[in-house]
Amino acid sequence: MTLLLKKLFPHPLLTATLTVVWLMLVNGVSAGSVIMGLILGTIVPFLTAPFWPDRPTVRNPVRIAAYILIVLWDIVRANIHVAYLVLFVPSAKLRTRFVTVPLELTSAEAITVLAGTITMTPGTVSADVSGDGRALLIHCLDAPDPDAVVAEIKQRYEGRLKEIFE
Amino acid sequence: MDLLIEGLIAFLIVGAGFFGIVGSFGLAKLPDLMTRLHGPTKATTLGIGGVLIASMLFFLWERGHFSWHELLITLFLFLTAPITANFIAKSFLHRRMSRRTELPPTGSSKGWATFDGPPIGADGEPMAIAPADRPGGRDGERG
Amino acid sequence: MIDIALVIGFSCFAAALVLNLYRLTVGPSIADRVLALDTMVINGIALLILYGMYEGTAVYFEASLLFAMVGFISTVAYCKFILRGDIIE
Repeated sequence: MTLLLKKLFPHPLLTATLTVVWLMLVNGVSAGSVIMGLILGTIVPFLTAPFWPDRPTVRNPVRIAAYILIVLWDIVRANIHVAYLVLFVPSAKLRTRFVTVPLELTSAEAITVLAGTITMTPGTVSADVSGDGRALLIHCLDAPDPDAVVAEIKQRYEGRLKEIFE
Repeated sequence: MDLLIEGLIAFLIVGAGFFGIVGSFGLAKLPDLMTRLHGPTKATTLGIGGVLIASMLFFLWERGHFSWHELLITLFLFLTAPITANFIAKSFLHRRMSRRTELPPTGSSKGWATFDGPPIGADGEPMAIAPADRPGGRDGERG
Repeated sequence: MIDIALVIGFSCFAAALVLNLYRLTVGPSIADRVLALDTMVINGIALLILYGMYEGTAVYFEASLLFAMVGFISTVAYCKFILRGDIIE
């Protein structure tokens, strides 16, 4: 029985997400939309299951909400910082440089979330990953001290992602 | 109360317009492609977010029912802006092959993914991520 | 008050579109032009939503959602073509 459930819902989190997104798209909660969302949420992960060989292990779902709030606050801070740099600092004075961040995360989804978060936060854009997935190349807009940037990324984002994903 | 909500919506629209124009001004003004990436991906995304929140409040105030479409568009843009930034940065690195010596070293056995391939695992298939205890593996295909 | 704010918002995003056009014509490399096109799509989405507020209908959100999806996919297709010479391998 559990084997049948596992075959029918290979990604239960994806099913829930698809149902919620369908309800948001239809712009209202009614019985028909919920059923349609559940149908879509069952069919799509079932048909695309061969493309997702392993599921990421989410160890601590509660911390995801805290992480999202931190990221949202950092997005607002990032925009004000970029606006200040673009308007008030002449371009010759910007100390742009490439920085390498060594990684301790092991799953591909966690590294993707980290790279996306780094792009949305003040002053950094993630550009490339190393061939074996152990380091991340980051471009900083104004970094007088590259070690401080690496230390902040590791402490603020990678520490929290390690708690969520492993 | 009405005046307060109207003022909030107007403030959000003007703020979002300011961030939108600052983002595009950064795109026009900054000297190098990698610095130009920062402007649109951050400032314009907040500009769009502000416009969408203003429109959510506006339709809530005028129609009375809450509309989810704007939230969907905002989430979609927040998720896809880093992906487009990463792709554009990779294509820039790819077109300037001489730049590979200007990049900092990876600190692991393989170079950056635009120039170097993944390591081959024990079963002969390329591994996406090398395990922490045995970084590298055998030499993979040249990218 | 909202009308004045809408006019200011329209002019800000229209000026942003003109700046993107400048970068589209002048940009020395192809990645500059792809970035300018992507930013033009996002500014276009903002203009559509502001126009929807101006007219008072909710119909334009569907159009802006479509624009967002098509703009993202087209940017990814351009970059994939530059990187690999082929869009779907």
